[in-house]
Amino acid sequence: MIQQYANPARFNRLAATLMPWFAWPAGVLIAVGLYFALFNSPPDYQQGDTVRIMYVHVPSAWMALFVYTSMAISSAVGLIWKHPLAHLSAQAAAPIGACFTFVCLLTGSLWGKPMWGTWWVWDARLTSVLILFFLYLGFMALQNAFDDPARGERSAAILAIIGFINVPIIKFSVDWWNTLHQPASVVKISGPAIHSSMLIPLFVMGVGFTLYFCALLLLRMKTLMLARRARGMSMAQLHQQASE
Amino acid sequence: MNALVLIMRREIRLALRQIGESAIIVLFFVLAAVLFPFGVGPEPNMLARIAPGVVWVTALLAAMLSFERLFTPDFEDGSLEQLALGPAPLEMIALAKAAAHWLTTGLPLMIAAPLIAVLYRLPDAGYGALMTTMALGTPTISLIGTVGAALTLGSRRGGVLLSLLVIPLIVPVLIFGTAAIDAAIGGIPVRQHLMLMGGFLLGALVLTPLATAAALRQALE
Repeated sequence: MIQQYANPARFNRLAATLMPWFAWPAGVLIAVGLYFALFNSPPDYQQGDTVRIMYVHVPSAWMALFVYTSMAISSAVGLIWKHPLAHLSAQAAAPIGACFTFVCLLTGSLWGKPMWGTWWVWDARLTSVLILFFLYLGFMALQNAFDDPARGERSAAILAIIGFINVPIIKFSVDWWNTLHQPASVVKISGPAIHSSMLIPLFVMGVGFTLYFCALLLLRMKTLMLARRARGMSMAQLHQQASE
Repeated sequence: MNALVLIMRREIRLALRQIGESAIIVLFFVLAAVLFPFGVGPEPNMLARIAPGVVWVTALLAAMLSFERLFTPDFEDGSLEQLALGPAPLEMIALAKAAAHWLTTGLPLMIAAPLIAVLYRLPDAGYGALMTTMALGTPTISLIGTVGAALTLGSRRGGVLLSLLVIPLIVPVLIFGTAAIDAAIGGIPVRQHLMLMGGFLLGALVLTPLATAAALRQALE
């Protein structure tokens, strides 16, 4: 099943079929989620309207971890089974994940200023997310650092797998250390500590962000594939000109 | 095991023949640390306060400078390929390289650290913790840096890229290293910090040779 889609043409057809099924629901869900988040959900009894930052901040944080996890998995698949599209998927996911991480840090900082009175604190959650951002940047830099692109993607894949150690650290940082950042309140054994009037828009946004990521990932993979082909064609042309 | 000792002996012999390379790393360590009093002012209380952090940060930066040369000469003259073709597993070679790196760079940095602490008037209670954390932390740095060196082997702009990859992974060592020294100065138990650092070292000892070997295989493919 997986090997079948190693064929770029077949993958392209599948991507073209799947794309609208990701892109349209993503747009609708994010629009609906934003409407509920901004207009149709209660303000927090302590934080007032600032709590609405949460509806962007928390899903971006989820996505930052989710995208990194997907990147680490496709890197492992690429290294183990040498699946030709796996490295491509990791390569396509990295800038998207970096952007989600950046949005998460940015909105967190905007939220921190009115609530904590500071743009930034060096607590475990914030620091580990910042490290995640640097891991994304390192992954992209390492990928582009070699004359041989295949070497770059394999080295970057190893880095992605090593860096995965940071993902559980981020997840549990608020439990292991006493942080200014609040502890987990959505995914808990005792059930979520957020009222459903806030939880539902949050989940709508979360699902919307995930679908948006899937659509963007397919688009970027297609673009990267075309770019690779264009490079191959121009190389072939140069080669031909040289031999004439 | 024999191979481990042989490769380490080779590395150390090479390092001793070019003793200047190790010396220059230590020199950088001392120089970088000496810069801070000019930057933040020579007020003794403040210097004593920032001493653990300065020693650790500058030691990290000095170590960063040393990793680029870890595999490059062997890679360029083909001896790395010879080593890889030999009977010793690449993981063993990676471990030997990291151990030799620690002996020729980490250990000198560790020996120079109290000198800087004296310049910064680190309180007496902090020296024990300083040496213990250095003893636990510098081998971890050598091990993680070896992975970075293998990953960036043969790349353009190797040195800067290597720092970009390795520094985020080394942050925990820095956090707990300075926390342990601060705790010792403040009279708080340091045991938990040291145990965590020991844990990092053991984890790195097991995992990094695998990662280094995988990266070297990609480089030699």
